[in-house]
Amino acid sequence: MSASAHPPTRVRSLLRFAAGLAVIVALMFVGDAITAAARLPLPGSVVGMLLLAAALRMRWISPALVQPAAEMLIRNMALLFVPAGVGLMLYLPLLRREWVPIVAASVASTFAVLVVVAWTQQRLERDD
Amino acid sequence: MTEPLRPLALATLAIAATLAVYAAARVVQRRTGSVLLHPVLVAIVTLILALRGMGIGYAEYQRGGRLLGFWLGPAVVALGLPLYRQMEEIGRRRRAVLLSLLAGSAVGVVTATGTALLFGASSQVVRSLASRSVTTPIAMAISARVGGLPPLSAAVVILSGILGAVAGPPLLRVMDIRSRTAWGIAMGASAHGVGTARAAEEGDTEAASSGLAIGIMGVFTAVMAPLVIWALAELEWIGPMVFASG
Repeated sequence: MSASAHPPTRVRSLLRFAAGLAVIVALMFVGDAITAAARLPLPGSVVGMLLLAAALRMRWISPALVQPAAEMLIRNMALLFVPAGVGLMLYLPLLRREWVPIVAASVASTFAVLVVVAWTQQRLERDD
Repeated sequence: MTEPLRPLALATLAIAATLAVYAAARVVQRRTGSVLLHPVLVAIVTLILALRGMGIGYAEYQRGGRLLGFWLGPAVVALGLPLYRQMEEIGRRRRAVLLSLLAGSAVGVVTATGTALLFGASSQVVRSLASRSVTTPIAMAISARVGGLPPLSAAVVILSGILGAVAGPPLLRVMDIRSRTAWGIAMGASAHGVGTARAAEEGDTEAASSGLAIGIMGVFTAVMAPLVIWALAELEWIGPMVFASG
């Protein structure tokens, strides 16, 4: 039996990874194109995320195809926003000037969301 | 070194430095076990101090940095996979979850922008805070869309995440929240990734609900934030959108 008829698992998983990554990147560009064409204020990547979830639900794409690439991206997501975060260095004077409203808004909004979501959800479940 | 190779070398160096600092920051958190030493926060502060110390500007760092940053877009798209899985899993609670998160998203945008305005924040800061209640990559994308400063939004989201993960569980106990789904989606909605990591310590239901909340909050807030910002601009409570040149 030749090796080309049954490529080694490592090659196959690499191909699957590349195919999954290509699907994900393509969906991002489709999302960008949709938001640009429809002049939506949404980020194209969020539209791409919805398209991926919809395509999986419609069985157009199998979860196994995108899983390796998706999990790699999600696992390393925190690293990916470090460069953008370093951009804070451009706004240090602004932070010094406005840290009070920034901190106040973050604290108020974090607790407000926590309380409203927990309470609404528990209430709605009781009514079901 | 020949001149044409210099930009390439700098870009490689920026990427290598980012990877090394981030890896070291993760080791620090694992060793200390402290939520406060969030690796992203530690890495950002370290890199800023290093760049300033060496007199390197952000634009120069970004020659390499942007090559990493590009992958944030695909990473957001990839969130569609857990979103799909958890939507299937949540079953008949789907309607309740969607309603709670719709309320949470509206409350998140309104309280963040409202509090900032009350405390006299500038328009740019108000625009940056509108996307506070979603996961960092989506918050940065929304922030760019509504004329905020994506790095500021990222920092605020991470700080909120740490706050919610630490103070959330005791508050939920005081509120007598017994539903595991309610516990999970509240943590995911208010504390995003850090909250989900905390939810994972409670159990699978809490973790899955928290992850689901991240995806749905992202979608709802992507719609809600531009609407609220548009309304605030119409009311002239904030100034018109300023387009950054960089």
